[in-house]
Amino acid sequence: MDTIPIIEPLGDTALTIHFGDKINSNVSETVFSFFQTLKQKSIPGITDIIPAYSSLSIVYDIIEVRKNSRSKTAFEYLQNIIQEILHTKRNEYPTENRFFEIPVCYHPSVGIDIEEISTYKNLSTEELIHLHSNNVYRVYMLGFLPGFPYMGSLNEKLEIPRKKTPRTNILAGSIGIAGLQTGIYPLNSPGGWNIIGQTPVQLFKSNRENPCLLQPGDNVIFTPISMTEFNRLQQL
Amino acid sequence: MNITVVKHGVYDTIQDMGRTGFQHEGINVNGCMDRIAAEMANALVGNSSSEPLLELHYPASSLLFDITTLIAITGADFSPYIDDIPVSNNNTIKINAGSTLQFRKRKKGVRAYIAIHGGWEAELWLHSYSTNNKASAGGYKGRILKKGDLLKNKQTKYLFNTIFHKKNFDTIPLKINLSGFYINSRLIRCTIGSEFKWLTEESKNIFQLNQHKLTMQSDRMGYRLQSDKLSMSENAPTRLSSGVTLGTIQFLPNGQLIILMADHQTTGGYPKIAHVISADIHKLAQLGPNSIINFTLVSQKEAEQSFLQQRFELDQLKKRVVAKFLKVFTDEID
Repeated sequence: MDTIPIIEPLGDTALTIHFGDKINSNVSETVFSFFQTLKQKSIPGITDIIPAYSSLSIVYDIIEVRKNSRSKTAFEYLQNIIQEILHTKRNEYPTENRFFEIPVCYHPSVGIDIEEISTYKNLSTEELIHLHSNNVYRVYMLGFLPGFPYMGSLNEKLEIPRKKTPRTNILAGSIGIAGLQTGIYPLNSPGGWNIIGQTPVQLFKSNRENPCLLQPGDNVIFTPISMTEFNRLQQL
Repeated sequence: MNITVVKHGVYDTIQDMGRTGFQHEGINVNGCMDRIAAEMANALVGNSSSEPLLELHYPASSLLFDITTLIAITGADFSPYIDDIPVSNNNTIKINAGSTLQFRKRKKGVRAYIAIHGGWEAELWLHSYSTNNKASAGGYKGRILKKGDLLKNKQTKYLFNTIFHKKNFDTIPLKINLSGFYINSRLIRCTIGSEFKWLTEESKNIFQLNQHKLTMQSDRMGYRLQSDKLSMSENAPTRLSSGVTLGTIQFLPNGQLIILMADHQTTGGYPKIAHVISADIHKLAQLGPNSIINFTLVSQKEAEQSFLQQRFELDQLKKRVVAKFLKVFTDEID
Protein backbone atom coordinates (compact mmCIF):
# COMPACT_ATOMS: atom_id res chain seq x y z
CA MET A 1 0.00 0.00 0.00
CA ASP A 2 1.54 3.23 -1.13
CA THR A 3 -0.88 5.97 -0.20
CA ILE A 4 -0.35 7.58 3.18
CA PRO A 5 -3.31 6.93 5.49
CA ILE A 6 -5.37 10.03 6.26
CA ILE A 7 -6.76 10.53 9.77
CA GLU A 8 -9.90 12.65 9.96
CA PRO A 9 -12.24 13.51 12.83
CA LEU A 10 -15.67 11.85 12.70
CA GLY A 11 -17.44 14.24 15.04
CA ASP A 12 -16.02 14.91 18.50
CA THR A 13 -16.03 11.30 19.75
CA ALA A 14 -14.69 9.39 16.77
CA LEU A 15 -12.13 9.49 13.99
CA THR A 16 -11.61 7.65 10.72
CA ILE A 17 -8.37 6.40 9.23
CA HIS A 18 -8.69 6.24 5.45
CA PHE A 19 -6.33 3.76 3.78
CA GLY A 20 -7.50 4.49 0.24
CA ASP A 21 -10.75 4.67 -1.66
CA LYS A 22 -10.88 1.34 -3.45
CA ILE A 23 -12.21 -2.10 -2.64
CA ASN A 24 -9.31 -4.49 -2.96
CA SER A 25 -7.68 -7.18 -0.89
CA ASN A 26 -4.44 -5.25 -0.31
CA VAL A 27 -6.17 -2.25 1.20
CA SER A 28 -8.44 -4.56 3.15
CA GLU A 29 -5.44 -6.50 4.50
CA THR A 30 -3.99 -3.24 5.81
CA VAL A 31 -7.33 -2.33 7.42
CA PHE A 32 -7.57 -5.69 9.22
CA SER A 33 -3.96 -5.74 10.26
CA PHE A 34 -4.41 -2.32 11.81
CA PHE A 35 -7.73 -3.39 13.34
CA GLN A 36 -5.89 -6.28 15.09
CA THR A 37 -3.05 -4.01 16.16
CA LEU A 38 -5.39 -1.50 17.76
CA LYS A 39 -7.39 -4.23 19.49
CA GLN A 40 -4.17 -5.66 20.98
CA LYS A 41 -2.96 -2.27 22.17
CA SER A 42 -6.26 -1.57 23.98
CA ILE A 43 -5.71 2.16 24.18
CA PRO A 44 -7.68 3.58 27.14
CA GLY A 45 -10.84 5.39 26.12
CA ILE A 46 -11.40 3.63 22.79
CA THR A 47 -14.86 2.06 22.89
CA ASP A 48 -15.36 0.78 19.33
CA ILE A 49 -13.24 0.06 16.28
CA ILE A 50 -15.24 -0.26 13.07
CA PRO A 51 -13.46 -1.66 10.00
CA ALA A 52 -14.90 -0.89 6.57
CA TYR A 53 -13.75 -1.49 2.96
CA SER A 54 -10.86 0.92 3.06
CA SER A 55 -11.09 2.60 6.43
CA LEU A 56 -11.13 2.06 10.14
CA SER A 57 -13.27 4.25 12.41
CA ILE A 58 -12.44 4.59 16.08
CA VAL A 59 -15.03 5.69 18.61
CA TYR A 60 -13.77 7.06 21.91
CA ASP A 61 -14.83 8.44 25.25
CA ILE A 62 -13.54 12.02 25.49
CA ILE A 63 -13.27 11.94 29.30
CA GLU A 64 -11.25 8.69 29.36
CA VAL A 65 -8.88 9.82 26.60
CA ARG A 66 -8.39 13.23 28.21
CA LYS A 67 -7.14 11.57 31.40
CA ASN A 68 -3.92 10.91 29.49
CA SER A 69 -3.81 14.06 27.39
CA ARG A 70 -4.13 17.16 29.47
CA SER A 71 -2.65 19.59 26.98
CA LYS A 72 -4.11 18.26 23.76
CA THR A 73 -7.61 17.56 22.55
CA ALA A 74 -8.67 13.90 22.64
CA PHE A 75 -8.59 13.88 18.84
CA GLU A 76 -5.03 15.26 18.64
CA TYR A 77 -3.85 12.83 21.29
CA LEU A 78 -5.28 9.78 19.51
CA GLN A 79 -4.15 11.07 16.12
CA ASN A 80 -0.56 11.15 17.42
CA ILE A 81 -0.77 7.66 18.89
CA ILE A 82 -2.21 6.27 15.66
CA GLN A 83 0.39 8.01 13.53
CA GLU A 84 3.14 6.53 15.69
CA ILE A 85 1.70 3.04 15.30
CA LEU A 86 1.31 3.55 11.54
CA HIS A 87 4.93 4.64 11.25
CA THR A 88 6.30 1.69 13.13
CA LYS A 89 5.71 -1.84 12.05
CA ARG A 90 3.15 -2.72 9.44
CA ASN A 91 1.39 -6.06 9.62
CA GLU A 92 2.48 -6.51 13.18
CA TYR A 93 -0.52 -8.71 13.79
CA PRO A 94 -1.27 -10.66 10.64
CA THR A 95 -4.97 -11.30 10.27
CA GLU A 96 -6.19 -14.75 11.15
CA ASN A 97 -7.54 -16.47 8.10
CA ARG A 98 -10.79 -18.01 9.17
CA PHE A 99 -12.72 -19.88 6.47
CA PHE A 100 -16.44 -20.56 6.52
CA GLU A 101 -18.26 -22.86 4.16
CA ILE A 102 -21.83 -21.71 3.91
CA PRO A 103 -24.42 -23.99 2.26
CA VAL A 104 -26.78 -22.15 -0.07
CA CYS A 105 -29.93 -23.30 -1.78
CA TYR A 106 -30.23 -21.43 -5.09
CA HIS A 107 -33.71 -22.78 -5.87
CA PRO A 108 -35.97 -20.01 -7.30
CA SER A 109 -38.47 -20.53 -4.47
CA VAL A 110 -35.90 -19.07 -2.04
CA GLY A 111 -33.60 -17.32 -4.51
CA ILE A 112 -36.51 -15.22 -5.67
CA ASP A 113 -34.58 -13.02 -8.12
CA ILE A 114 -32.32 -15.69 -9.63
CA GLU A 115 -34.39 -16.27 -12.77
CA GLU A 116 -34.81 -12.57 -13.49
CA ILE A 117 -31.06 -12.01 -13.08
CA SER A 118 -30.17 -14.93 -15.37
CA THR A 119 -32.37 -13.43 -18.09
CA TYR A 120 -31.03 -9.92 -17.51
CA LYS A 121 -27.41 -11.11 -17.50
CA ASN A 122 -27.90 -13.59 -20.30
CA LEU A 123 -26.59 -16.46 -18.19
CA SER A 124 -28.12 -19.82 -17.44
CA THR A 125 -29.11 -20.35 -13.79
CA GLU A 126 -26.37 -23.01 -13.59
CA GLU A 127 -23.74 -20.56 -14.84
CA LEU A 128 -24.94 -17.96 -12.36
CA ILE A 129 -24.74 -20.45 -9.46
CA HIS A 130 -21.32 -21.53 -10.65
CA LEU A 131 -20.05 -17.94 -10.82
CA HIS A 132 -21.40 -17.14 -7.36
CA SER A 133 -20.26 -20.31 -5.59
CA ASN A 134 -16.89 -20.72 -7.28
CA ASN A 135 -15.22 -17.88 -5.45
CA VAL A 136 -13.72 -17.08 -2.08
CA TYR A 137 -15.26 -13.97 -0.58
CA ARG A 138 -13.85 -11.75 2.06
CA VAL A 139 -16.03 -10.18 4.77
CA TYR A 140 -14.96 -6.56 4.31
CA MET A 141 -17.23 -5.26 7.00
CA LEU A 142 -20.38 -5.87 9.01
CA GLY A 143 -23.10 -3.24 9.06
CA PHE A 144 -26.69 -2.35 8.20
CA LEU A 145 -28.01 -5.04 10.56
CA PRO A 146 -26.38 -6.95 13.44
CA GLY A 147 -24.10 -9.46 11.70
CA PHE A 148 -24.80 -8.43 8.07
CA PRO A 149 -21.59 -9.22 6.13
CA TYR A 150 -20.58 -7.05 3.19
CA MET A 151 -18.53 -9.47 1.08
CA GLY A 152 -16.60 -9.13 -2.13
CA SER A 153 -15.84 -9.26 -4.79
CA LEU A 154 -18.30 -10.84 -7.15
CA ASN A 155 -17.32 -11.99 -10.61
CA GLU A 156 -17.96 -8.95 -12.82
CA LYS A 157 -20.43 -10.96 -14.91
CA LEU A 158 -22.74 -10.85 -11.86
CA GLU A 159 -22.55 -7.09 -11.27
CA ILE A 160 -26.08 -5.77 -10.89
CA PRO A 161 -27.55 -2.62 -9.31
CA ARG A 162 -29.72 -2.70 -6.19
CA LYS A 163 -33.45 -3.10 -6.79
CA LYS A 164 -35.14 0.25 -7.49
CA THR A 165 -37.80 -0.40 -4.87
CA PRO A 166 -36.51 -2.22 -1.80
CA ARG A 167 -38.58 -5.16 -0.53
CA THR A 168 -40.30 -4.71 2.81
CA ASN A 169 -39.41 -8.15 4.11
CA ILE A 170 -36.48 -10.32 3.15
CA LEU A 171 -36.14 -13.59 5.06
CA ALA A 172 -33.22 -14.25 7.38
CA GLY A 173 -30.55 -16.31 5.60
CA SER A 174 -31.28 -14.78 2.19
CA ILE A 175 -28.21 -14.33 -0.01
CA GLY A 176 -28.18 -11.05 -1.87
CA ILE A 177 -26.04 -9.44 -4.54
CA ALA A 178 -25.62 -5.72 -5.30
CA GLY A 179 -22.88 -4.05 -7.32
CA LEU A 180 -19.82 -6.25 -6.89
CA GLN A 181 -20.85 -7.26 -3.38
CA THR A 182 -22.64 -10.22 -1.93
CA GLY A 183 -24.24 -10.40 1.50
CA ILE A 184 -26.42 -12.50 3.77
CA TYR A 185 -29.45 -11.08 5.62
CA PRO A 186 -28.96 -12.23 9.23
CA LEU A 187 -32.51 -11.26 10.26
CA ASN A 188 -35.84 -10.74 8.55
CA SER A 189 -35.57 -7.20 7.28
CA PRO A 190 -36.44 -4.75 4.54
CA GLY A 191 -33.73 -4.69 1.87
CA GLY A 192 -32.81 -3.71 -1.66
CA TRP A 193 -30.36 -6.41 -2.73
CA ASN A 194 -31.20 -9.01 -5.38
CA ILE A 195 -31.93 -12.35 -3.71
CA ILE A 196 -30.35 -15.40 -5.36
CA GLY A 197 -30.54 -18.01 -2.61
CA GLN A 198 -30.93 -18.78 1.05
CA THR A 199 -28.76 -20.48 3.65
CA PRO A 200 -30.08 -22.57 6.53
CA VAL A 201 -27.14 -21.35 8.66
CA GLN A 202 -28.10 -18.87 11.38
CA LEU A 203 -25.82 -15.88 10.94
CA PHE A 204 -27.13 -14.11 13.99
CA LYS A 205 -28.49 -15.51 17.22
CA SER A 206 -28.64 -13.12 20.16
CA ASN A 207 -28.32 -15.77 22.86
CA ARG A 208 -25.23 -17.43 21.36
CA GLU A 209 -21.89 -16.67 23.03
CA ASN A 210 -20.81 -14.93 19.84
CA PRO A 211 -24.10 -13.70 18.39
CA CYS A 212 -22.56 -12.97 14.98
CA LEU A 213 -21.17 -15.96 13.08
CA LEU A 214 -18.95 -13.94 10.77
CA GLN A 215 -16.35 -11.38 11.78
CA PRO A 216 -14.72 -8.71 9.65
CA GLY A 217 -11.81 -10.28 7.75
CA ASP A 218 -13.29 -13.78 7.55
CA ASN A 219 -13.34 -15.72 4.27
CA VAL A 220 -16.49 -17.33 2.95
CA ILE A 221 -17.18 -20.03 0.38
CA PHE A 222 -20.73 -20.82 -0.74
CA THR A 223 -21.63 -24.47 -1.38
CA PRO A 224 -24.76 -25.14 -3.44
CA ILE A 225 -27.28 -27.47 -1.79
CA SER A 226 -30.61 -28.88 -2.95
CA MET A 227 -34.01 -27.79 -1.69
CA THR A 228 -34.33 -31.11 0.16
CA GLU A 229 -31.00 -30.59 1.87
CA PHE A 230 -31.97 -27.00 2.67
CA ASN A 231 -35.20 -28.15 4.33
CA ARG A 232 -33.36 -30.87 6.25
CA LEU A 233 -30.70 -28.47 7.54
CA GLN A 234 -33.22 -25.82 8.45
CA GLN A 235 -35.03 -28.29 10.67
CA LEU A 236 -31.91 -29.14 12.69
CA MET B 1 -43.09 -7.16 43.15
CA ASN B 2 -44.45 -5.90 39.88
CA ILE B 3 -45.04 -2.72 38.01
CA THR B 4 -47.65 -3.54 35.40
CA VAL B 5 -47.99 -1.79 32.07
CA VAL B 6 -51.75 -1.22 32.17
CA LYS B 7 -51.79 0.84 28.96
CA HIS B 8 -48.99 0.78 26.43
CA GLY B 9 -47.38 3.81 24.87
CA VAL B 10 -46.23 4.36 21.29
CA TYR B 11 -42.57 3.53 21.79
CA ASP B 12 -41.47 2.86 25.35
CA THR B 13 -38.30 0.90 25.95
CA ILE B 14 -35.68 0.16 28.57
CA GLN B 15 -32.39 1.92 27.85
CA ASP B 16 -29.12 2.59 29.61
CA MET B 17 -25.97 4.41 28.52
CA GLY B 18 -25.62 2.18 25.45
CA ARG B 19 -23.88 -0.91 24.18
CA THR B 20 -20.36 -0.16 23.09
CA GLY B 21 -17.71 -2.52 21.77
CA PHE B 22 -19.75 -4.40 19.16
CA GLN B 23 -20.12 -1.90 16.33
CA HIS B 24 -17.62 -3.89 14.22
CA GLU B 25 -20.30 -6.62 14.14
CA GLY B 26 -22.96 -4.19 12.96
CA ILE B 27 -24.48 -4.07 16.45
CA ASN B 28 -25.55 -0.51 17.11
CA VAL B 29 -25.11 1.35 20.37
CA ASN B 30 -28.73 2.21 21.28
CA GLY B 31 -29.08 3.77 24.75
CA CYS B 32 -30.93 6.79 26.12
CA MET B 33 -31.37 9.62 23.62
CA ASP B 34 -31.22 12.37 26.30
CA ARG B 35 -28.46 11.18 28.60
CA ILE B 36 -28.51 14.26 30.81
CA ALA B 37 -32.16 13.74 31.72
CA ALA B 38 -31.53 10.00 32.16
CA GLU B 39 -28.55 10.41 34.45
CA MET B 40 -30.36 12.93 36.62
CA ALA B 41 -33.40 10.66 36.97
CA ASN B 42 -31.14 7.95 38.34
CA ALA B 43 -29.40 10.41 40.68
CA LEU B 44 -32.75 11.58 42.08
CA VAL B 45 -33.54 8.05 43.29
CA GLY B 46 -30.02 7.38 44.57
CA ASN B 47 -28.97 5.12 41.67
CA SER B 48 -25.73 5.04 39.75
CA SER B 49 -25.83 6.35 36.19
CA SER B 50 -25.41 2.86 34.77
CA GLU B 51 -28.86 1.71 35.91
CA PRO B 52 -31.35 1.16 33.08
CA LEU B 53 -34.38 3.45 32.81
CA LEU B 54 -37.68 3.58 30.98
CA GLU B 55 -37.58 5.91 28.01
CA LEU B 56 -41.07 7.09 27.08
CA HIS B 57 -42.53 8.78 24.02
CA TYR B 58 -45.96 10.41 23.96
CA PRO B 59 -48.61 8.92 24.28
CA ALA B 60 -46.80 7.04 27.04
CA SER B 61 -47.46 3.86 29.01
CA SER B 62 -49.49 3.88 32.23
CA LEU B 63 -47.91 1.94 35.07
CA LEU B 64 -49.58 0.29 38.07
CA PHE B 65 -47.26 -0.12 41.05
CA ASP B 66 -47.82 -2.88 43.58
CA ILE B 67 -44.99 -1.68 45.79
CA THR B 68 -44.29 1.54 47.63
CA THR B 69 -41.10 3.02 46.31
CA LEU B 70 -39.36 6.09 44.94
CA ILE B 71 -39.30 7.14 41.32
CA ALA B 72 -38.12 10.18 39.39
CA ILE B 73 -39.33 11.48 36.03
CA THR B 74 -37.10 13.69 33.92
CA GLY B 75 -36.77 14.85 30.32
CA ALA B 76 -39.99 15.67 28.51
CA ASP B 77 -42.97 16.97 30.48
CA PHE B 78 -45.91 14.69 29.66
CA SER B 79 -48.04 15.94 32.63
CA PRO B 80 -47.50 12.99 34.95
CA TYR B 81 -50.28 12.05 37.39
CA ILE B 82 -50.25 9.55 40.21
CA ASP B 83 -53.87 8.47 40.40
CA ASP B 84 -55.59 11.86 40.17
CA ILE B 85 -52.82 13.96 41.61
CA PRO B 86 -50.44 15.83 39.31
CA VAL B 87 -46.76 15.31 40.09
CA SER B 88 -43.81 17.16 38.65
CA ASN B 89 -40.68 16.24 36.76
CA ASN B 90 -37.17 16.59 38.16
CA ASN B 91 -37.80 15.54 41.74
CA THR B 92 -37.96 12.43 43.86
CA ILE B 93 -41.50 11.08 44.02
CA LYS B 94 -42.93 8.63 46.49
CA ILE B 95 -45.41 6.26 44.91
CA ASN B 96 -47.63 4.00 46.98
CA ALA B 97 -48.52 0.41 46.31
CA GLY B 98 -51.76 0.32 44.35
CA SER B 99 -51.18 3.64 42.61
CA THR B 100 -51.09 4.22 38.87
CA LEU B 101 -48.68 6.57 37.14
CA GLN B 102 -50.03 7.99 33.92
CA PHE B 103 -49.23 10.79 31.49
CA ARG B 104 -52.01 13.06 30.32
CA LYS B 105 -50.67 15.72 27.99
CA ARG B 106 -47.45 16.45 26.20
CA LYS B 107 -46.31 19.88 27.32
CA LYS B 108 -42.64 20.06 26.46
CA GLY B 109 -40.00 17.78 24.98
CA VAL B 110 -40.46 14.38 23.35
CA ARG B 111 -38.68 11.85 25.57
CA ALA B 112 -39.30 11.28 29.28
CA TYR B 113 -37.32 9.01 31.60
CA ILE B 114 -38.49 7.10 34.65
CA ALA B 115 -35.93 5.88 37.14
CA ILE B 116 -36.90 3.65 40.03
CA HIS B 117 -34.97 3.35 43.27
CA GLY B 118 -32.62 0.36 43.00
CA GLY B 119 -33.07 0.21 39.24
CA TRP B 120 -35.32 -1.66 36.80
CA GLU B 121 -34.71 -5.33 36.27
CA ALA B 122 -33.78 -5.85 32.65
CA GLU B 123 -32.11 -8.31 30.31
CA LEU B 124 -28.39 -7.70 30.06
CA TRP B 125 -27.15 -8.39 26.51
CA LEU B 126 -23.54 -7.76 25.48
CA HIS B 127 -22.86 -5.73 28.64
CA SER B 128 -25.84 -3.41 28.24
CA TYR B 129 -29.50 -3.30 29.28
CA SER B 130 -30.48 -1.19 26.28
CA THR B 131 -33.22 -2.56 24.05
CA ASN B 132 -31.95 -3.56 20.62
CA ASN B 133 -35.17 -3.84 18.70
CA LYS B 134 -33.54 -5.24 15.54
CA ALA B 135 -31.71 -8.00 17.39
CA SER B 136 -34.69 -8.54 19.73
CA ALA B 137 -32.32 -8.50 22.69
CA GLY B 138 -31.65 -6.47 25.82
CA GLY B 139 -34.06 -4.41 27.93
CA TYR B 140 -37.50 -5.95 28.30
CA LYS B 141 -37.57 -9.03 26.04
CA GLY B 142 -35.71 -7.02 23.41
CA ARG B 143 -38.78 -5.04 22.41
CA ILE B 144 -41.01 -2.04 23.13
CA LEU B 145 -43.34 -2.34 26.12
CA LYS B 146 -46.81 -3.76 25.60
CA LYS B 147 -49.96 -3.76 27.68
CA GLY B 148 -49.76 -6.45 30.34
CA ASP B 149 -45.97 -6.48 30.60
CA LEU B 150 -44.71 -6.98 34.13
CA LEU B 151 -41.72 -4.85 35.06
CA LYS B 152 -39.75 -5.41 38.21
CA ASN B 153 -37.50 -3.28 40.35
CA LYS B 154 -34.32 -4.58 41.92
CA GLN B 155 -34.24 -5.37 45.62
CA THR B 156 -32.92 -2.57 47.81
CA LYS B 157 -32.01 -2.21 51.44
CA TYR B 158 -34.52 0.58 52.08
CA LEU B 159 -37.92 -0.40 53.41
CA PHE B 160 -39.91 2.58 52.28
CA ASN B 161 -43.12 1.45 53.95
CA THR B 162 -41.35 1.78 57.30
CA ILE B 163 -39.54 5.00 56.43
CA PHE B 164 -42.67 6.71 55.15
CA HIS B 165 -44.63 5.50 58.11
CA LYS B 166 -42.16 7.00 60.57
CA LYS B 167 -42.05 10.40 59.02
CA ASN B 168 -44.37 12.32 56.76
CA PHE B 169 -42.64 12.16 53.40
CA ASP B 170 -45.41 13.44 51.20
CA THR B 171 -43.02 15.98 49.85
CA ILE B 172 -39.48 14.81 49.52
CA PRO B 173 -37.04 17.71 49.64
CA LEU B 174 -35.23 16.80 46.44
CA LYS B 175 -35.89 18.97 43.43
CA ILE B 176 -33.55 20.07 40.70
CA ASN B 177 -33.67 22.46 37.80
CA LEU B 178 -32.20 21.20 34.54
CA SER B 179 -33.25 24.10 32.31
CA GLY B 180 -29.68 25.38 32.21
CA PHE B 181 -28.75 22.37 30.10
CA TYR B 182 -31.34 23.22 27.45
CA ILE B 183 -30.59 26.88 26.75
CA ASN B 184 -30.59 27.71 23.03
CA SER B 185 -31.90 24.24 22.37
CA ARG B 186 -32.69 24.98 18.71
CA LEU B 187 -29.23 26.15 17.85
CA ILE B 188 -27.35 22.94 17.15
CA ARG B 189 -23.58 23.12 17.13
CA CYS B 190 -21.67 20.89 14.70
CA THR B 191 -18.15 20.08 13.70
CA ILE B 192 -17.30 19.86 10.04
CA GLY B 193 -17.65 16.52 8.23
CA SER B 194 -15.20 15.10 5.73
CA GLU B 195 -17.50 15.75 2.74
CA PHE B 196 -18.58 19.27 3.71
CA LYS B 197 -16.05 20.63 1.24
CA TRP B 198 -17.96 19.06 -1.65
CA LEU B 199 -21.14 21.04 -0.98
CA THR B 200 -21.59 23.94 -3.40
CA GLU B 201 -20.74 27.36 -1.93
CA GLU B 202 -24.42 28.21 -1.89
CA SER B 203 -25.25 24.96 -0.07
CA LYS B 204 -22.57 25.62 2.54
CA ASN B 205 -24.31 28.90 3.29
CA ILE B 206 -27.75 27.33 3.34
CA PHE B 207 -26.52 24.71 5.81
CA GLN B 208 -25.17 27.29 8.21
CA LEU B 209 -27.54 30.23 7.78
CA ASN B 210 -30.97 28.85 6.89
CA GLN B 211 -33.44 27.04 9.09
CA HIS B 212 -33.97 23.29 8.92
CA LYS B 213 -37.17 21.50 9.89
CA LEU B 214 -37.46 18.09 11.54
CA THR B 215 -39.84 15.97 9.46
CA MET B 216 -42.28 13.31 10.65
CA GLN B 217 -39.56 10.77 9.88
CA SER B 218 -37.65 11.60 13.03
CA ASP B 219 -37.17 8.76 15.46
CA ARG B 220 -34.53 7.00 17.54
CA MET B 221 -32.68 5.94 14.38
CA GLY B 222 -32.37 9.36 12.85
CA TYR B 223 -33.96 12.72 12.16
CA ARG B 224 -34.74 13.47 8.53
CA LEU B 225 -34.66 17.19 7.88
CA GLN B 226 -36.41 19.40 5.41
CA SER B 227 -34.00 22.07 4.26
CA ASP B 228 -33.71 24.49 1.36
CA LYS B 229 -32.25 22.76 -1.68
CA LEU B 230 -28.72 21.54 -0.99
CA SER B 231 -26.40 20.18 -3.65
CA MET B 232 -22.97 18.67 -4.03
CA SER B 233 -20.54 20.03 -6.56
CA GLU B 234 -20.33 17.96 -9.74
CA ASN B 235 -16.81 16.71 -9.16
CA ALA B 236 -17.63 15.30 -5.69
CA PRO B 237 -16.17 11.79 -5.51
CA THR B 238 -18.29 8.87 -4.32
CA ARG B 239 -16.98 7.39 -1.10
CA LEU B 240 -17.08 3.80 0.06
CA SER B 241 -19.17 2.97 3.12
CA SER B 242 -17.37 3.65 6.39
CA GLY B 243 -18.13 4.06 10.07
CA VAL B 244 -20.68 6.67 11.12
CA THR B 245 -21.53 7.86 14.60
CA LEU B 246 -24.15 9.45 16.84
CA GLY B 247 -24.83 12.95 15.48
CA THR B 248 -23.42 12.35 11.99
CA ILE B 249 -25.28 14.49 9.43
CA GLN B 250 -25.49 12.71 6.08
CA PHE B 251 -26.41 14.17 2.70
CA LEU B 252 -29.01 11.90 1.10
CA PRO B 253 -29.35 11.35 -2.67
CA ASN B 254 -32.55 13.48 -2.69
CA GLY B 255 -30.61 16.50 -1.47
CA GLN B 256 -31.98 16.36 2.07
CA LEU B 257 -30.18 15.70 5.34
CA ILE B 258 -30.45 13.08 8.07
CA ILE B 259 -28.97 13.32 11.56
CA LEU B 260 -28.08 9.90 12.96
CA MET B 261 -29.42 9.27 16.46
CA ALA B 262 -29.04 6.54 19.12
CA ASP B 263 -30.29 3.57 17.05
CA HIS B 264 -28.27 4.50 13.94
CA GLN B 265 -26.57 1.94 11.69
CA THR B 266 -22.88 1.46 12.33
CA THR B 267 -21.72 2.19 8.77
CA GLY B 268 -22.93 4.36 5.94
CA GLY B 269 -21.97 5.50 2.47
CA TYR B 270 -23.77 8.84 2.12
CA PRO B 271 -21.56 11.93 2.34
CA LYS B 272 -20.98 13.07 5.92
CA ILE B 273 -21.20 16.83 5.86
CA ALA B 274 -21.16 17.57 9.62
CA HIS B 275 -21.54 16.03 13.07
CA VAL B 276 -23.66 17.36 15.92
CA ILE B 277 -21.37 17.91 18.90
CA SER B 278 -21.78 15.61 21.91
CA ALA B 279 -22.79 18.52 24.16
CA ASP B 280 -25.88 19.20 21.99
CA ILE B 281 -27.24 15.69 21.37
CA HIS B 282 -29.52 15.82 24.43
CA LYS B 283 -31.11 19.06 23.15
CA LEU B 284 -31.84 17.45 19.81
CA ALA B 285 -33.22 14.40 21.65
CA GLN B 286 -35.99 16.59 23.07
CA LEU B 287 -37.06 18.04 19.72
CA GLY B 288 -39.81 16.36 17.74
CA PRO B 289 -41.24 16.61 14.21
CA ASN B 290 -41.84 20.17 12.93
CA SER B 291 -39.22 21.69 15.22
CA ILE B 292 -37.08 24.29 13.49
CA ILE B 293 -33.35 24.18 14.07
CA ASN B 294 -30.27 26.08 12.98
CA PHE B 295 -26.77 24.73 12.61
CA THR B 296 -23.60 26.52 13.53
CA LEU B 297 -20.11 25.16 12.94
CA VAL B 298 -17.61 25.05 15.80
CA SER B 299 -14.04 23.78 16.04
CA GLN B 300 -13.07 20.33 17.26
CA LYS B 301 -11.52 21.96 20.32
CA GLU B 302 -14.63 23.96 21.16
CA ALA B 303 -16.75 20.82 20.79
CA GLU B 304 -14.60 18.92 23.28
CA GLN B 305 -14.44 21.86 25.69
CA SER B 306 -18.23 22.24 25.66
CA PHE B 307 -18.62 18.56 26.41
CA LEU B 308 -16.09 18.61 29.25
CA GLN B 309 -17.70 21.72 30.76
CA GLN B 310 -21.15 20.13 30.53
CA ARG B 311 -19.92 16.89 32.12
CA PHE B 312 -18.33 18.86 34.92
CA GLU B 313 -21.57 20.71 35.68
CA LEU B 314 -23.59 17.50 35.43
CA ASP B 315 -21.24 15.60 37.73
CA GLN B 316 -21.34 18.38 40.32
CA LEU B 317 -25.13 18.39 40.27
CA LYS B 318 -25.28 14.60 40.45
CA LYS B 319 -22.96 14.54 43.45
CA ARG B 320 -25.08 17.10 45.30
CA VAL B 321 -28.29 15.22 44.55
CA VAL B 322 -26.94 11.81 45.55
CA ALA B 323 -25.46 13.22 48.79
CA LYS B 324 -28.79 14.84 49.63
CA PHE B 325 -30.66 11.64 48.81
CA LEU B 326 -28.47 9.64 51.15
CA LYS B 327 -28.85 12.22 53.89
CA VAL B 328 -32.64 12.24 53.67
CA PHE B 329 -33.00 8.49 53.63
CA THR B 330 -30.14 7.15 55.69
CA ASP B 331 -31.04 9.44 58.57
CA GLU B 332 -34.18 7.41 58.84
CA ILE B 333 -32.46 4.08 59.11
CA ASP B 334 -30.23 3.26 62.00
